[in-house]
Amino acid sequence: MEKYRCIPCGYIYDPAVGDPDNDIAPGTAFADLPADWTCPECGAPKDEFEAC
Amino acid sequence: MKSTEIKPGIYWVGYIDWDVRDFHGYQTSRGSTYNAYLIVDEKIALIDAVKGGYAYDLIDKISEHIDPAKIDYVVSNHTEPDHSGELQRILDIAKNAKVVATQKGKDGLEKYYEGNWDYEVVKTGDSISLGKNTMEFIATPMLHWPDSMFTYIPEQKLLFSMDAFGQHFASSGRFDDQVDICELLAEAKIYYANIIMHLGSTVARTLKAAEKLEIDMIAPSHGVIWRSMIADIISAYQDWAVCKPTNKALVLYDSMWHSTEMMAVSIAEGLGNGGVPAKLLNVSINDVTHLATEVLDCAAVIVGSPTLNNGMLPTVASFMTYIQGLQPKGKLGFAFGSHGWAGGAVPKVRTMLEDTGVEIVHENITCKYKPDAEELKVCYEAGQILAEKIKTNICLP
Ligand SMILES: [Fe+2]
Ligand SMILES: [Fe+2]
Ligand SMILES: [Zn+2]
Repeated sequence: MEKYRCIPCGYIYDPAVGDPDNDIAPGTAFADLPADWTCPECGAPKDEFEAC
Repeated sequence: MKSTEIKPGIYWVGYIDWDVRDFHGYQTSRGSTYNAYLIVDEKIALIDAVKGGYAYDLIDKISEHIDPAKIDYVVSNHTEPDHSGELQRILDIAKNAKVVATQKGKDGLEKYYEGNWDYEVVKTGDSISLGKNTMEFIATPMLHWPDSMFTYIPEQKLLFSMDAFGQHFASSGRFDDQVDICELLAEAKIYYANIIMHLGSTVARTLKAAEKLEIDMIAPSHGVIWRSMIADIISAYQDWAVCKPTNKALVLYDSMWHSTEMMAVSIAEGLGNGGVPAKLLNVSINDVTHLATEVLDCAAVIVGSPTLNNGMLPTVASFMTYIQGLQPKGKLGFAFGSHGWAGGAVPKVRTMLEDTGVEIVHENITCKYKPDAEELKVCYEAGQILAEKIKTNICLP
């Protein structure tokens, strides 16, 4: 599964890790994150991420 | 310098640093201030502290109004040491004070100071009543660190905006209407360009969230307090958030034996005669703080380097590295330069321009040793072509 990078702050969303702070389980693809999910570092919305 | 009352019972108690000229590499030619604020109410709150070394001054200013031991809350809007450097000294005196910060603020402060502090972690929507005044907290992550937040006092229409809207600007006047407006706006722009430029989308999002607030005073953590020019600085931030281009192109270069310089001059002439004023900026004699400020509102970034040891000059590489981090939006440009034999600088400059987000609108221009008349004509025409593109981009006739 593809990793995604937050353009404003550089945080990398790694599906293998998920986002434990926001109750996103490991194994969750970026596309399957809820629409209102935001970057855990900087609050940027999903559309400010790019595949890396 | 004494403290200044900015609203009833609310005081500026910061430090004016007239002497600082280098702020982690940023040239602060007009000095700076580290602003802390004291709210004297039924409960006492201190909003941020000052840079390490100035606790004596902060404590003196607080003591004009209350015994610092009586502080109930120390709000840390931003973890960076220019604001948190003296927190420990304040907490040594204010033994019962709680440190109010976001979760990321607490994480950062614990790493920096290893203090066993009593924290109250807050997030957007949380508030603390001090009596007549309420502190409302608005997390503003990545403006410009993950920990950052605003503290808003609705009863006073007062926003403590930490580094946002700040300026490295030492002055005896504490308010925007007590200083030279041109100097103030110049410093606000330099600050934005060098600290915030790469965070435009975050700025736009935060400005939108702040629209709901009634504000008649913005108290940042550097420079003067905004009260007469709030609309002006907000509209400037809206323009800067998208790096709005003006009719100005930059030809940035360094040269060994004037060949790349000759090319730069011809490109600038082509731009100028095409109707776009160009600035010729030799990166080896201009500091990056001011170059970044020029980049913020320019329409085009054209970069030239001769080839040295198959690469670009270190001066050009240094400038490009800085600008790459600042990620200006919506700029046009191309790469040029002279070389003796194999070349190498110009394609590397082009790659760095692309990584910076600059849209390449002309192929690389190179020449051997020294440009002849024909090669200079190519440079001149490239300037003219670019001028046409710029005028279309910014909607000039
Ligand atoms: Fe900062
Ligand atoms: Fe700061
Ligand atoms: Zn982010």
